[in-house]
Amino acid sequence: MGEWWTTVPIGTSMGNYDISSISHVTMSPLRQNNLVSMYSSLPLSKSSYNVISAFCTEDNIPQCISYMNQELASLGLSSTCIEASSPGGAGLSTVPALNAMYELLQIHRRNMGTLEELEKEQLKKSSSMEHMQMNNSRLKDQLELSIREKSGLHETERQLQLKIKTLQSCLKTEKEEVQKLQSIISSRASQYSHDAKRKERETAKLKERLGQLLVDRKDKKLAIDVLNCLGRSDGKRSHWKTAKATASHEGEMYKSLLSDYEASQRALMLENAELKKVLQQMKKEMMHILSPRQLSTRGADSDGEEKAGNSSRETLDQSCEHAREQLTNSIRQQWRKLRNHMEKLDSQASQVQNQLESNKEVIPRETHEDEMERMRHEVQQCKEFIHAQQQLLQQQLNTSFDDETAALLNDCYTLEEKERLKEEWRLFEEQKRNFERERKNFTEAAIRLGREKKAFQEDRASWLKNQFLNMTPFTDRRRCSSSDGQSALSISKFVFKFKKKYADTRFKSRSRVRCGDLSIFSLGEDENSLT
Amino acid sequence: MNFSEVFKQSNQLCKVSPDGKYLATCVQYRLVVRDVSTLQILQLYTCLDQISHMDWASDSLFILCAMYKRGLVQVWSLEQPDWHCKIDEGSIGLLSSRWSPDGRHVLNTTEFHLRITVWSLCTKAVSYIKYPKACQKGIDFSRDGCYMALAERRDCKDYVSVFVCDDWHLLRHFETETQDLAGLEWSPNGCVLAVWDSCLEYKVLLYSLDGRLLSTYSAYEWSLGIKSVTWCPSSQFLAIGSYDEKVRILNHITWKKVTQFEHPATINNTKAVVYKEVERRPAVGSDDLSLHNITIGTTLFNTQSKYEICPLPVQLPVVKPDPDRANPKIGVSTLAFSSDSRYLATKNDNMASVVWVWDMQKMSLEAVLEQTSAVRCFQWDPQRPRLALCTGNTKLYLWSPAGCVSVQVPTEGGFQVQSLNWHCSGDSLILLGKEQLCLCYMDTDQEDKFFRTSVQVAGMFLF
Repeated sequence: MGEWWTTVPIGTSMGNYDISSISHVTMSPLRQNNLVSMYSSLPLSKSSYNVISAFCTEDNIPQCISYMNQELASLGLSSTCIEASSPGGAGLSTVPALNAMYELLQIHRRNMGTLEELEKEQLKKSSSMEHMQMNNSRLKDQLELSIREKSGLHETERQLQLKIKTLQSCLKTEKEEVQKLQSIISSRASQYSHDAKRKERETAKLKERLGQLLVDRKDKKLAIDVLNCLGRSDGKRSHWKTAKATASHEGEMYKSLLSDYEASQRALMLENAELKKVLQQMKKEMMHILSPRQLSTRGADSDGEEKAGNSSRETLDQSCEHAREQLTNSIRQQWRKLRNHMEKLDSQASQVQNQLESNKEVIPRETHEDEMERMRHEVQQCKEFIHAQQQLLQQQLNTSFDDETAALLNDCYTLEEKERLKEEWRLFEEQKRNFERERKNFTEAAIRLGREKKAFQEDRASWLKNQFLNMTPFTDRRRCSSSDGQSALSISKFVFKFKKKYADTRFKSRSRVRCGDLSIFSLGEDENSLT
Repeated sequence: MNFSEVFKQSNQLCKVSPDGKYLATCVQYRLVVRDVSTLQILQLYTCLDQISHMDWASDSLFILCAMYKRGLVQVWSLEQPDWHCKIDEGSIGLLSSRWSPDGRHVLNTTEFHLRITVWSLCTKAVSYIKYPKACQKGIDFSRDGCYMALAERRDCKDYVSVFVCDDWHLLRHFETETQDLAGLEWSPNGCVLAVWDSCLEYKVLLYSLDGRLLSTYSAYEWSLGIKSVTWCPSSQFLAIGSYDEKVRILNHITWKKVTQFEHPATINNTKAVVYKEVERRPAVGSDDLSLHNITIGTTLFNTQSKYEICPLPVQLPVVKPDPDRANPKIGVSTLAFSSDSRYLATKNDNMASVVWVWDMQKMSLEAVLEQTSAVRCFQWDPQRPRLALCTGNTKLYLWSPAGCVSVQVPTEGGFQVQSLNWHCSGDSLILLGKEQLCLCYMDTDQEDKFFRTSVQVAGMFLF
C-alpha cells in the first residue's frame, strides 16, 4: 500500500495532470498484474480520469464532496464521510478522506482477489474443457473405429452364412447321392441274391438228378424214330463237310456283309448327293439374293469368280474332300453375308420405323392419301368400263333382231324341242312295233287256245264216255289200271293244259287292258306266279 | 369285323402256319390243324403226353410238338398224316425245342442247359453243341435263315458262336465283353448281331457278322440297366428299353444314340393324342335280379367302354414297385416296331395300363393309350400300321393313326383276351383266352370306314 501513492494533488489542477505523471508511480512486482490490468484499464481510467478531471474543479468542491459522500454511502461506506476542512473552503479533511480512500482500496483489493480467483477458475475450466474436448474427439475416433469394425464383422458373418448355406446344400446333395447309391446297391444286392439263389436251386436240381442217374444206372438212351427220312427243304443233296465247304461258307458270309455295306454305302451316297444338291441350291439362291444388293463390283467379281471356280471344281471332282470343304466354306461365307445383310435390313427397317413414328403426321399420310385417290380413280374407271361393256352387250343383243335373224333365233330355240320330239317319236314307233308284235303273238295264242279248247272239249267228252263205259264191272282190270294210269296221266296233263290255257286267257284279257303299257317284265312275273 | 366261334386250346399254344393257310392249336395232348378261312378241322394228331410247346416248320409242312416232362418231341407232317417222327432225349431231359430255319432240323435244349442236341430229320444224324448259356435269349436265327448265333459260357466268360445253318458248321467263335450276357439278336438284314448284358450292367455290344466288334454303347453305370432290346424292321434303328423308364434309339451308321424317349408320369406340352378308356356300366335299374334278367343281360355284366381324348396335362397312374425285390416292375419291358418302321410302341412297367406310341420319323410321341387295367399284350399288324392290344378283359383294342377303337368280343360266358397274334396277312387276329381261342376277321373293305367312324367319334370330343 505504501508505494501506492499517486500524486493526486488534492484540489488544484487535477485536470492538468496527464497519464505520464501517473506512469511515474512505482509499483511492487506483486501488483504487476494489477498494474497490467490497470494499464489495460488505463485508457478507461484515462477517460475516467479525464472525467474525474472534469468532475472536480475549484468551484464545485462542495458539490463534488456531497457527490462523493453519496457515492460512498451507496458503496456502503457510510462511516467515512468526506468533509470539507473548512466550510466553504477549498480544502478537504484528511482523516475521513484517507479512511474513505483506505476503504476504497480495501474494496479494490477485495475485487482484485475475486478477479484473480475468477481468472483461476476460468483457467481451470478452460483446461478442463480442453481436456473434455480431447476426450470427446478421442472417443469419437474410437466410436468410428468400432463402427467400422462392426461392419467388417457383419460382412464376415454374412459370408460365413453364405458359406454355411452352400455347405448345407452340398451336404444335402451328397446325402441324396448317398441315398441313391444305397438304393442302387440294395437293388443290385437283391438282384445278385436272387440270381445266386436261382443258381443254387439249379445246382441242387443237378445234384439230385446226378444222384438219381447214378442210382438208376438205367440210361434211357436218346434216340430218334422216324418213319422215313425227309428230303432237304431246298431239294438238293447234302454235301460232305470239306475245307472247300468251309471256305465257301466264309465266302458267303463275306459276300453278304459286303453286299450290305455296299447297299448302305449306296444309300449314304445318294443321301450325300441330295444334301450336296440342296446345299448348292441354297448357295446359289443366297448369292442371287445378295448379288443385286452388292454395291462394290469387287464383291460381285469375287462372287462370280468363286462361283465359276466352284462349279468347275465341283463338276470335276464330286467326292473330293477339298471340294466338300470348299462347298461348306462358301456356304458359310454366303450365309454370313446374308445374315449381315439381314441384320442391316433389320436395323434399317427399325430406323425407318422410328422415322415413321416421328414423322407420322406428315409424310405417310400424304402418300397414303395419294394412293387412296389413285385407287378410287382406278375403281371408277373400271366401273365405267364395265358399264360401257354391259351397254354394248345389251345393244348387241337387242339390235340383232331382224326378221330373218329372229326367225333363225326362233328356230334355234325350237330346234332343241324338235330334236326331243323326234327322239320321242322314234321311241313311240319302236314301242308301237313291239306292241304290234305282241298283239300278233296274242292273237296267235288266242287262236291256238281256241283250237286247244275245242280239242279239250272233245277229249273231255271222249274221256267221260270212256269213264262211263269203264264203270261197268266187265272190263279188264289190267286195261282198267293201265287206262286208269293213262287216264290219270292224261287227266293231269289236261288239268295242266287247262291251267295254262286259263292262264293264257287271263293274260290276254290283262294285256288288252294294258295295251299302252309295255311292261313286259310284269307279265313275265305273272306267268311265273300262276304256274 | 367278324368274330368266329370259340374253340378250345390249352397252354396258349395256337399258331398260324408261315404261309398263312393253316391254324394249329393244342388241346391237351391233341394237335388240331384247321384251315384259317373256314376253321374246319383238316388234321388231328395225338401226341403221347400233354403238349408243352408247338411250332410250325418254315415250309408249313411240318409241326413239332414238344413234351417237356417226358423229354419227347414228336414231329407231324401235314401232307402225310401217317408219317411220324419221335425224338427222345432220354434221361437227359428236355428244356426247350425249336425248328431250324430250313425246317429239317430240330434243336433241343436239354435240362440244365447241358447241351443243345441238333437232330436232323434228313439224315437222322445227331450233333451236339456244348455249353449253351442259360439266359433270357441265348439263341437267335438270322432272318434269312442262314446263320444261328448262340451264347455260350465257359470258365466264367461269355462267348458267341455263329453257325451256318446249312451244315451246322461253326463259322465264328468269339468272346464278348459282357459281364453276364443276357441276350442276343440279329438285325433284320442279318449283318449285325446285338448282344446285351444283364440288368446289372447297361451295355450293348454290336458285332458284325464276321465277329468284329463294331461298337459298344452304355448309357449309364451302376443303376439297373437294359430291360428289353429290339431292332427296327429296316435295320436302321436299335431300340433299347431300360429300367430307368427310358428308351434309347441307336442308329445303324454311327451306333450312337439318336434320341431317347421318356415315360413321365405327367404328360404335358406335347402334340400327342392321349386316349383314355372310359367304362360305361349299363344302369342296373330294378332290384329283381331274376334268372330271366340275368340270362338276357350278359350285357348287364359286360361294361361298355369307349375312348375319350383327354386334354393335357394328363396324370397317368403309377404303381411304385417294391424296391427290395429283384427284377422290379419298373422300366420299359416291351418294345415293338410297326412293320413299316414308322411307329414304335412301348410299355413302361410301372405304368402298366398305358401304351405309348412314338413316331420314328418325327422322333416324338404320337399317341398315349390309357386303359382301365394292365395291358397284357400288344402286337402290330404285319402289313399296316395298326396296333392291337388286350388287357385281360373281354375287349379288343385297336389303334391306328386314324384313331382308336375298342371292340367287345361277342361271346357268351365272357371270353377274357389274354394274348393275341396277327395273321401274317394282317386280315385276322387270333385272340387267346385262358382255355379258349377266337378268331377276329378284319373287314378290309370296311377298314377305312371303321376307323373313320372312330375318328369322327374322337373328333366329337375334340371339338
